[in-house]
Amino acid sequence: MCLAVPGRVVGIEERDGTPMARVDFGGVVKDVCLAYLPEIGVGEYAIVHVGFAIQRLDEESALATLRLFERIGALDEEFGDSWVRAAAEADGAPGEENR
Amino acid sequence: MKYLDEFQDPALARRLLDDITRTVTRPWALMEVCGGQTHSIIRHGIDQLLPGHIELIHGPGCPVCVTPLEVIDKALEIASRPGVVFCSFGDMLRVPGSDRDLFRVKGDGADVRVVYSPMDALRIAQQAPEREVVFFGVGFETTAPAIAMAARQAKRLGVRNFSLLVSHVRVPPAIEAIMRSPDCRVQAFLAAGHVCSVMGTLEYPALADTHKVPIVVTGFEPLDILEGIRRAVRQLERGEHRVENAYPRAVRPQGNPVALGVLGEVFTTTDRAWRGIGTIADSGWRLADAYRDHDAEHRFEVTGPATEEPTVCRAGEVLQGLIKPHECAAFGTACTPRTPLGATMVSSEGACAAYYLYRRLATPRTEETASID
Amino acid sequence: MTDITADTTGWSCPVPLRDHPVVVMGHGGGGALSAELTRHLFLPAYGGETLGGLTDSAAVTLGGARLAFSTDSHVVRPLFFPGGSIGDLAVNGTVNDLAMSGAVPAHLSCAFILEEGTELSTVGRVAQALGAAARAADVTVVTGDTKVVDSGHGDGVYVNTAGIGLIPEGVDIRPQRARPGDVVIVSGPIGQHGIAILSVREGLTFGTEVVSDTAPLAGLVRAMLAVTPDLHVLRDPTRGGLATALHEIATASGTGVALDEAAVPVPEAVATACALLGLDPMYVANEGRLVAFVPGEHAEAVLDAMRGHPLGRETAVIGACVAEHPGMVVARTGLGGTRIVDLPLGEQLPRIC
Repeated sequence: MCLAVPGRVVGIEERDGTPMARVDFGGVVKDVCLAYLPEIGVGEYAIVHVGFAIQRLDEESALATLRLFERIGALDEEFGDSWVRAAAEADGAPGEENR
Repeated sequence: MKYLDEFQDPALARRLLDDITRTVTRPWALMEVCGGQTHSIIRHGIDQLLPGHIELIHGPGCPVCVTPLEVIDKALEIASRPGVVFCSFGDMLRVPGSDRDLFRVKGDGADVRVVYSPMDALRIAQQAPEREVVFFGVGFETTAPAIAMAARQAKRLGVRNFSLLVSHVRVPPAIEAIMRSPDCRVQAFLAAGHVCSVMGTLEYPALADTHKVPIVVTGFEPLDILEGIRRAVRQLERGEHRVENAYPRAVRPQGNPVALGVLGEVFTTTDRAWRGIGTIADSGWRLADAYRDHDAEHRFEVTGPATEEPTVCRAGEVLQGLIKPHECAAFGTACTPRTPLGATMVSSEGACAAYYLYRRLATPRTEETASID
Repeated sequence: MTDITADTTGWSCPVPLRDHPVVVMGHGGGGALSAELTRHLFLPAYGGETLGGLTDSAAVTLGGARLAFSTDSHVVRPLFFPGGSIGDLAVNGTVNDLAMSGAVPAHLSCAFILEEGTELSTVGRVAQALGAAARAADVTVVTGDTKVVDSGHGDGVYVNTAGIGLIPEGVDIRPQRARPGDVVIVSGPIGQHGIAILSVREGLTFGTEVVSDTAPLAGLVRAMLAVTPDLHVLRDPTRGGLATALHEIATASGTGVALDEAAVPVPEAVATACALLGLDPMYVANEGRLVAFVPGEHAEAVLDAMRGHPLGRETAVIGACVAEHPGMVVARTGLGGTRIVDLPLGEQLPRIC
């Protein structure tokens, strides 16, 4: 299910009362409906599924996750188990860890 | 593509795999719920790279596969009617109904069209007011907002010749049903990231608590899937059962509030049959009564003969990891990717179809027709 | 026309034509359904031996000369697309089928099936493109035919071409000759034609810059044969894409193909469009690429020759022919896992999941 891909919003316009965006997916530009993401701005990244932007892609969080992956082996060797700290950092907000 | 390619990096994948290998001390059975994740796992060969202790059970999360036979038969009947333009996502065309599929109906002269988005179908309806345009609305919570918007726009713009055949399914009731099964082998779930992009994660802590099962919200690229597995295994090894978000770049706890509002307005929760599994209470969405005029089931009053799934098919047990695909009597004989009996053999990511292919590799035959066992 | 009744008793089990009593689109998709139609319906009807296997062009001996003979029908929508038109495809498709047996293409026939009401200027543009493509491919159109069907019974213009060419002395190129140890080569990036078509076809609104790769490959083949006549297999991966071509070679030769997925050149825009639509570039059509199975000892020299040709600059080694898993294509994924690259049933469909 749920083939959705990230793309960068390059333009926004109103069409038939619906906000629409031009979204650039690595060179392929496609019209995407912004009805569910009306607050997104030009230059931001959106997750797009069957022609609809369903969520904003949080760039900071993406980079934090990649940084976590880069450090995974090293962390364990140096500090033993520092996973909890690193994972919390990647989540951006530790409060998101529901329990 | 930015924010896609980075999450396919082989060197980082190695790091994650090494960490999983270091962590795991005994056998664990994890279920990835989403068919998109299964696709990625097979596509990248992730299952073969994992330590032997970790078993991935491919879950029921392919909306194409779990769409019940009854609904497919309805779709086939509606599509066959004169004057109807039947629009669908591409992957539904090959799913067999009782005696044929949409390809066959198209071959018989029906106007069946593949569209990328339900809005394309709405546009077709606006451009051809003399035709009855029907969209086949299947999918999980990720796809539902798009379908809902098409219904809403049709109502708002008064596009009277547009209707939807809706068979949406929801993930949390499926997880609940799997956990309630007395023989359930699943010890942790990788929850479907893009479902949570829409719905958020607040439905899951109760499930994790009740069933003492770790649930890790997981993305779709190889690194995302490995990270989901890594976190699930960490929890299992520590005896924890929390909800974790391993896909924070696309998932907020509260989901997409605008979409949730529209979903609540357009859809009503309903019991839904899952192909190969059976009926799960409250596991589906149908169009709300206010949208009755755009409900294809209402408009076309389809009353086909009651359809039954082949009893020989044991897809339900396969989906729960209770049996391996080849332990089903029909596997590789009556049931092959060419002639699927159940959900798990329909798409190439289904557990049975994947197993079929890999068994062929283990015992090579040049003819697909050769029996497998 | 006499009524033809299919004699189903001769069809081999267990899945003759699957369960379709009517023609479905997949029968023309170049995948398993197409293969079944040929194997179970056409071959038995024609008398199997006369067709000389299931290759796109046949090698026939006539008056002492070895000729390659091929035909191809073109039913593309839209007629004009980024990078070419049905006229280009009609020439290049047949020229390439001939070239894949090592032949030097010489003459084409060209038959138009026109839909009543089609603008003559449209037909003119197709004919102009066809003529230009023939000149570029160094072949002559020597005979032709025109038929018109009722309005609504065709997509404007259908074109069939047939072609003949001379196979040079000592050249024996066919799928059955693939041998373990052969190096598997592709002449450039894959998927461009299929995505170029998709990007403009109705219902799928893409603004991609991808243009079709349609091109005549006989010159490239000539450059390869100048290195060695001992090329084992050549194949143009059209419908069904690279995966289908490799699969057919593996099946025909009883060998396996071990593919290095990371080495397969895929343009970024193609990869992106595929990611959006849920398609696999390995199954997307090409119209100006070839796959070669070359004995290991000649591989380096052949690669050099290909890279020196304008249509082979981005030639890449993508795998090897192996004795293991006969009849199957197994890809090593970018992560180091493996996956089976199966024969598609029919046309590849966009997916949402």
